[in-house]
Amino acid sequence: MASEKRVVFRSGWLPWALLAPQVIVIAVFFFWPAAQALLQSFQQSDAFGLTTEWVGLQNFANLLNDATYLASFKTTAIFSVLVAGLGLSISMLLAVFADRVVKGTHIYRTLLIWPYAVAPAVAGVLWLFMFAPSIGIVSYALRAVGIDWNHLLNGTHAMTLIVMASVWKQISYNFLFFLAGLQSIPKSLVEAAAIDGARPWRRFWTIQFPLLSPTTFFLFVINVVYAFFDTFAIVDAATAGGPGKDTAILVYKVYYDGFKALDLGGSAAQSVVLMVIVIALTIVQFRFVEKKVQY
Amino acid sequence: MKIKALALAAGFAALALSGPARAQVEIQWWHSMTGGLNDWVLDLSAGFNASQKDFKIVPTYKGTYDETMPAAVAAFRAGTAPHILQVFEVGTATMMAAKGAVVPVGKVLADAGYKFDPKAYIPAVVGYYTAPNGQMLSFPLNSSTTVLNYNKDLFKKAGLDPNKPPTTWPELTLAAAKLKASGVSCPFTTSWQGWTQLESFSTWHNTLFATQNNGFGGTSARLAFNSPLHVRHIENLANMAKQGLFVYRGRGNAADAPFYSGECAMATASSSTYASIKKNAKFDFGIAPLPYYPDVPGAPQNTVIGGASLWVMGGKKADEYKGVAAFFNYLTNAETQAKSHQRTGYLPITLASFQMTEKAGFYKQNPGTDVAVNQMIRKTTDKSRGIRLGNFVQIRAIEDEELEQVWSGKKTAKEALDSAVSRGNELLARFEKANKL
Repeated sequence: MASEKRVVFRSGWLPWALLAPQVIVIAVFFFWPAAQALLQSFQQSDAFGLTTEWVGLQNFANLLNDATYLASFKTTAIFSVLVAGLGLSISMLLAVFADRVVKGTHIYRTLLIWPYAVAPAVAGVLWLFMFAPSIGIVSYALRAVGIDWNHLLNGTHAMTLIVMASVWKQISYNFLFFLAGLQSIPKSLVEAAAIDGARPWRRFWTIQFPLLSPTTFFLFVINVVYAFFDTFAIVDAATAGGPGKDTAILVYKVYYDGFKALDLGGSAAQSVVLMVIVIALTIVQFRFVEKKVQY
Repeated sequence: MKIKALALAAGFAALALSGPARAQVEIQWWHSMTGGLNDWVLDLSAGFNASQKDFKIVPTYKGTYDETMPAAVAAFRAGTAPHILQVFEVGTATMMAAKGAVVPVGKVLADAGYKFDPKAYIPAVVGYYTAPNGQMLSFPLNSSTTVLNYNKDLFKKAGLDPNKPPTTWPELTLAAAKLKASGVSCPFTTSWQGWTQLESFSTWHNTLFATQNNGFGGTSARLAFNSPLHVRHIENLANMAKQGLFVYRGRGNAADAPFYSGECAMATASSSTYASIKKNAKFDFGIAPLPYYPDVPGAPQNTVIGGASLWVMGGKKADEYKGVAAFFNYLTNAETQAKSHQRTGYLPITLASFQMTEKAGFYKQNPGTDVAVNQMIRKTTDKSRGIRLGNFVQIRAIEDEELEQVWSGKKTAKEALDSAVSRGNELLARFEKANKL
């Protein structure tokens, strides 16, 4: 390889000055709050912050002694796998179809992108409305076919409800990226395979899917983060973590304890735990999963 | 240039002089009242503002109860808290513990020269918001309690006497069975399950919900609602759920709507549902006292308080506190009180306003509206005075979670209540630690 042509800054301060805006934004909006959370997780204070006591690892010990907190790890794992898995596969399917549509492409695409503009809490309420045990239109239809839908007491139903709402909310985002990814695959490759006699399914599986893998990987990371962090409003609106604690995912408890119950120390400790989990997951994804990605 | 500046300055001076000799003092009031209740808050403020010239109450809706309180906490930390804050009853212990953040209402009234006579108030209402030394801590603006709403039309259809609502739990179970037999899909349901079936249930049966007189004795209180009586009641409800006599309709006030729509025939709910039922129900409805177990000595005692009260935040100017005191004094006025009570279904807070309402014949014209008052107006005991616990918001959530496990058949009543008590006690221990006196 020929050596790259490198441009070197003569001035010592200019590169830093050019970097500064980005560094400041990251520091103020990411590192500072994260440091605050870390600090608060070692403290216990009353609601108004009048007295703050240094409690060391007490907040973390409280969490570990709470059986329901440990149980919510399992709930979160199930929820995240379902949301990321279903979200990715459904939107990939839709993108592949949208890519093949000849007439009315724009209408089809626009309609698929709309749900992204819906706020999470609204998405939760929309789905709650359709599935409300006594008045919901879907639950009414389900009763007609013999399914007694009741997410107020049936944990599986409740989980299904929040997974559907969360997936629906994220499909548009995934769809956009998949569609862009599919359109950047050279048509000649697909056509060559078609001439060789490959059916659509085989063309997808051996050409498009592997070439989409960078997009898929990126979306996988984004969707896992989405499921872990951005879904509390949906849970809050649709099930409030119930029945029992069957849909109380980790981030919902962070939100609830911090913003509703005003237990800042406990809430901060939970967000530190959550932060550690997501950092670990991201490292795993980049170290192991990324190796399977073909750029 | 100079002349222009001079003219401007003169203009400003003239403007300043032409204004009122004394500027009006603005009092910020954050509340959580929506719909018709928001209109009520606006009318109260307008009434006060029109009654005098020195102060101006500015009410602001800040979201639901559990949104307003965190908003005020954040504002307090930033130094921009309102003067008056409406806090729901479960937030009472938290507010009480925040000594530097709030000023007792009793002190605000006394400093401004108003006389505070505790005897003028309904004991069960004002007792809840009073410190052990007899000082009124917050102003009980809107207090409610638990009642049994029932659908008279469905009662008739089931062959039940619409003017004889069930008074005991065994009677309620029988009535529910008859209603179900007549084709009602939801014979009985409940809103605020923790509040109605555990908290109010406890005081109604003169049984402790938590030690230390339900938290009135101090922050060392621990939960006690896994007693045989509580277990028996929850077991009873679980059996009703199994037979389809009790249908669970969700947390909070979610069960109010199916009652308004005529789907559920009986519902234990807040007495403040009165205005909404009257507006929404297309059927004849009745209001009855909460059922009880007749074999329990001392039952029925009194039901527990709900709703919210007004807290005065600390760190404000002296003349602003004068305005707050004047506003509270205006609210205590018997006529204002009686009007509010009749309009909203919330409890009257002074005996005078209760008597005024009675004399005006309101209870006769609106049967059932006196049920809540009669449940609360009795002499309270140490066990029934109210429930005041730290971290109560989270404890309510635990009650919800554990009761749901009973209704779905995952846990027995005993298991669920034991678990709720031990989980809640952990929170109480933490509250005690964080708020050492």
